Amino acid sequence: MSNKTKLPVGQEAIEEFGWMYAHRFLLLRRATQFFFLAIFLLGPWFGIWWFKGNLSGSMTFNFLPLNDPFITVQSFAALHWPETTALIGAVIVGVIYALIGGRVYCSWVCPINPVTDGAHWIHEKLGMQKGWQPKHNTRYWILAMVVAVSAATGTIAWEFVNPISMLHRGLIFGMGFAWAFVVAVFLFDIFVSRRGWCGHLCPVGTFYGLLGTKSVVRISAVKRSECDDCMDCFAVCPEMHVISPALRGKDEDTALILSPDCTNCGRCIDVCAMDVFKFTHRFDDTPAPGRVQRTRTQPATGASKAA
Amino acid sequence: MSAHIRNTSSMDRRRFLQDSARGLTGCAVAGMGLAYFISDARALPAQALRPPGALSEPDFLAACIRCGLCVRDCPYDTLVLAELGEDGAATGTPYFTARDIPCEMCEDIPCVAACPTGALDKDLTNIDDADMGVAVLIDEETCLNALGLRCDVCYRVCPVIDEAITLERSHNERSGHHAIFMPTVHADKCTGCGKCEKSCVLPNEAAIKVLPRRIARADAADHYKLGWEDRNPLVDDLIDLPDRLPGPGTDNLVAPGGYLPATEGIPEASMDGGFNPGLKLPGTGGSN
Repeated sequence: MSNKTKLPVGQEAIEEFGWMYAHRFLLLRRATQFFFLAIFLLGPWFGIWWFKGNLSGSMTFNFLPLNDPFITVQSFAALHWPETTALIGAVIVGVIYALIGGRVYCSWVCPINPVTDGAHWIHEKLGMQKGWQPKHNTRYWILAMVVAVSAATGTIAWEFVNPISMLHRGLIFGMGFAWAFVVAVFLFDIFVSRRGWCGHLCPVGTFYGLLGTKSVVRISAVKRSECDDCMDCFAVCPEMHVISPALRGKDEDTALILSPDCTNCGRCIDVCAMDVFKFTHRFDDTPAPGRVQRTRTQPATGASKAA
Repeated sequence: MSAHIRNTSSMDRRRFLQDSARGLTGCAVAGMGLAYFISDARALPAQALRPPGALSEPDFLAACIRCGLCVRDCPYDTLVLAELGEDGAATGTPYFTARDIPCEMCEDIPCVAACPTGALDKDLTNIDDADMGVAVLIDEETCLNALGLRCDVCYRVCPVIDEAITLERSHNERSGHHAIFMPTVHADKCTGCGKCEKSCVLPNEAAIKVLPRRIARADAADHYKLGWEDRNPLVDDLIDLPDRLPGPGTDNLVAPGGYLPATEGIPEASMDGGFNPGLKLPGTGGSN
């Protein structure tokens, strides 16, 4: 680690590029998250019915059906074969996320993401311990459990408790006490488990992650030789284990972040003062030499702009 | 060295088994919790009516994705999505409360057309075939018509007037010389739209309410024959009972139909058609 590890996350990038540029993907994500909520509020608030429904299923311009493929899978498990409209909608959504990265849903669309990001911010401010960190395969167990319960009860099981649809549908159609589920996730992430819900448990994210296993859009640590070990990308990444293989890879290892857990949120690009990361595609084979071996206390000379 | 390798692999196996057991038990506990919550949450209260064409409740919860498109396309704002903890139906599923806004029974059934999954069955093409529930005159003590007045509102507003609700006339025993026009629901015609419940003039609760068919209707008693119905004879040509008619050639001319008033006593055995037992008890003065 370098002597800059103790600086606030993203501090050098802010000094280097300015606050806006060092938060550009965060701001973009907040904008798209707001967008995918606001378009459904145009109808009830302003009487503009271009977009109807919610994230579970929607109809755009009375023409384009979009449906949650995870809900469709649960419906199959519950032995209901949906009508063609829903199947088309699910295939469209499935193909899109399979191409752009399954967990793009998590970081760019899901309304729970700002909630857990907020929880993480508070978690850091309070200087909390990371708390319970479930094993990496826990999320797959939970995904299997949800499909099994769907089959056993003959219902779309996760929709009885899913905080994502509770929040999104609640804001559009009326909430009731569904906010309690959202608050529970918020408090869970602060006090029980750092990045616990989105990063370890949520079966929706797990499903979309599997969907995007071979996604085309990927982030690459293409200039990893420039890395000055400030650790900001690890600090800001909601799935920090995805970075190491790419960033710390040797010359012959790919610089692409290929883990399906990566949400393509772009925060690593935001906070990196050395401009190591960039969005690219999975077939990008730009040569990315690994870093020169160096000691812990001595950053590579000339590699750090802030030096 | 082989011992060391075997030791490592056994440790790996041990860890794998431990992790698997941990995952399985954790998910079994969480899954049971979820399943219990679902079984609790899917109980549909009697006052929450599903939209027209809705599948039976278990099938509905396998199909409805809670997107609210039926709600959006309902022109009368009848349908709403259930809110957690406030409405009884499973959270986010569409329903309506007849006393608030009943179903107006649109001819083109836009809610069914909007449903992307088939939770509302596209096979429903004639809204008169809808089966959202059955109206029941649930309080015959306060219903104005039942008291002998002529309110008739539920009957008048019924979209299937004179078929789903008729007024059955009977004598008013209280006044002695008036009639009671009792609103009577015919469940095979009633769609459960709830317009009768909505328009019932009584304050607060209505005297006529739409209930789910599962609550409103008893199963027909198959072991009873309703002999007055066409094609439903009491006895299906199995045995030919003798006709007992008065007149010559029958076995009882004295007492037509076999009935004899007690005051007249038993007719003499010598009389035509009189009672002549084949076995006589000793000491009863038989002619043998």
